[in-house]
Amino acid sequence: MEKYRHIIGIGIQNTLVYRVNFFARALFGLIPLTATILLWQTIYRDRVGDVAGYTLRQMISYYLIVTIVDALTAVAEDDWQIATDIRDGNISQFLVKPIDYLAYRFCLYTAGRLIYTAVALVPISIFIFSLRDYFVLPKDATALVGFALSVAMAGLLQFLISYTMALLSFWVLEVATFIFILFAFEYLAAGHLFPLDILPPAVTQALHFTPFPYLVFFPVSIYLGQVSGAALWQGLAVQAGWVLASYALARFIWNRGVKKYAAVGG
Amino acid sequence: MNPTTKSVSEKSAGANALAPLARYLGLYAALWKNSVTREMGFKSNFLLWIVVEMLWFALQLTFMAVIYSHTERIGTWTKWEVVLLVGAAHFIQQIFTALFLVNCTQLSEHIRTGKLDFMLLLPINTRFLVSLRQVDLGGFINAGSAVAVMVYAARELHLAPSALQIAGFLALCAIGLLIHYSLMFLLSAISFWTVKAQGIVYGYYNLFNIARMPDAAFHGLFKAVFTFVLPILLVVNVPVKLLTNKLQSPLELALLLAMALACFTVSELFWRLSLRRYTSASS
Repeated sequence: MEKYRHIIGIGIQNTLVYRVNFFARALFGLIPLTATILLWQTIYRDRVGDVAGYTLRQMISYYLIVTIVDALTAVAEDDWQIATDIRDGNISQFLVKPIDYLAYRFCLYTAGRLIYTAVALVPISIFIFSLRDYFVLPKDATALVGFALSVAMAGLLQFLISYTMALLSFWVLEVATFIFILFAFEYLAAGHLFPLDILPPAVTQALHFTPFPYLVFFPVSIYLGQVSGAALWQGLAVQAGWVLASYALARFIWNRGVKKYAAVGG
Repeated sequence: MNPTTKSVSEKSAGANALAPLARYLGLYAALWKNSVTREMGFKSNFLLWIVVEMLWFALQLTFMAVIYSHTERIGTWTKWEVVLLVGAAHFIQQIFTALFLVNCTQLSEHIRTGKLDFMLLLPINTRFLVSLRQVDLGGFINAGSAVAVMVYAARELHLAPSALQIAGFLALCAIGLLIHYSLMFLLSAISFWTVKAQGIVYGYYNLFNIARMPDAAFHGLFKAVFTFVLPILLVVNVPVKLLTNKLQSPLELALLLAMALACFTVSELFWRLSLRRYTSASS
């Protein structure tokens, strides 16, 4: 354990270099967020009643909480770095050292998220404070605990999916396109663009058979109190199932990849 | 351009005002030829990037489709008008990608590695070379898919634009493109001041994300900033309003043109200021 704590320390020092970048990223991210919120405000102004069960306050809160979940869980450079490590033969050193590459990458991911969240905290807090009239707080302690658990698992799931995608570098030279294709799909299916339950019901249901809603939509739904009681614990169990499944897949792909790995230039 | 025409154009440069233009057109043709050759070296990658872009375009259209399944209009904009808007935004963005994007994002790399030294030494305008070095052919293909969506939306709206209207639309798109390019070039030139500038591309995507939104959705400070300071909201909205007869006054056209000229001027001034600061890397 000691060595992995050390890796997190190194990771924090390395990512601190990018703090200005992270800050710019958090700040620029507020532009489309503001635009989306204004867009919904205009829509609500011209209509009576809510949209698919969402009041204006809930809709705006949805996007604000997505921003928080995103800050806590999104992968930044991790997938590119893994792909580069494989392509350039850097992973050779992990094959001979008593360090597990997956655990190593997870430490770096954790360090990256810690720094990003710390840097993004100020601009996002100010932004949410300016919209405090539209920001709903969790209904009870259960919602808050469920949200925290779910975000932690969403982070694991997000990391494992990106990790596995990057491992495709064992077989293809240029994984960037595949990563972007997955990212585009995830953007919609995870609920970044809009709450998934404003989609036609058949689509929403179909999406719930994929892991994507558990990346963003599910944690946010818990926060907003739209999932509670038995459904909450059931959802958390399914999410845990997806985490385990993606972990198994990541290990499997890694083992297959290492067999094929030829340490080019390593 | 073959050597004889080159020497001719150089000789007559003083006498003929058009000679520099011809020289630069010749140079640009050579850059194009280079880019085509390079792109064809990675055919499967080239096709995959087109898939990626199409997917993002479909995503934007889906977003609007879902919103319009819950509302009749956003401000004054109806569904198919917004589809036309999203199509036009994609069109302008893809032409921008084809001509400028890679070049702008590579500027920070040229600065970091000191490669800019060689470009500064060449006897041509450095901004010209930096901005137009590479052409991304995939952008033109993606622009084609945007045109298809625009035509479809125009038919749904029963629009029958006159030739003059279409010409006007294209001219306004070109002016919008100038704003687009000037702002991105400005962003890229920041890498003269901070070397680690990968955040720029990210900033760019966030900024231009709002270009495809109907201006009627916005008000107050947000609208003022993105109209008069960073005029992203004009880039696509004004051309589409011309096409759909939504323009409230010719002043909107004048504003687009004025802001484009202002953006270009500011970007040129900032570029010159930044170049003065350039001390080359390591070499």
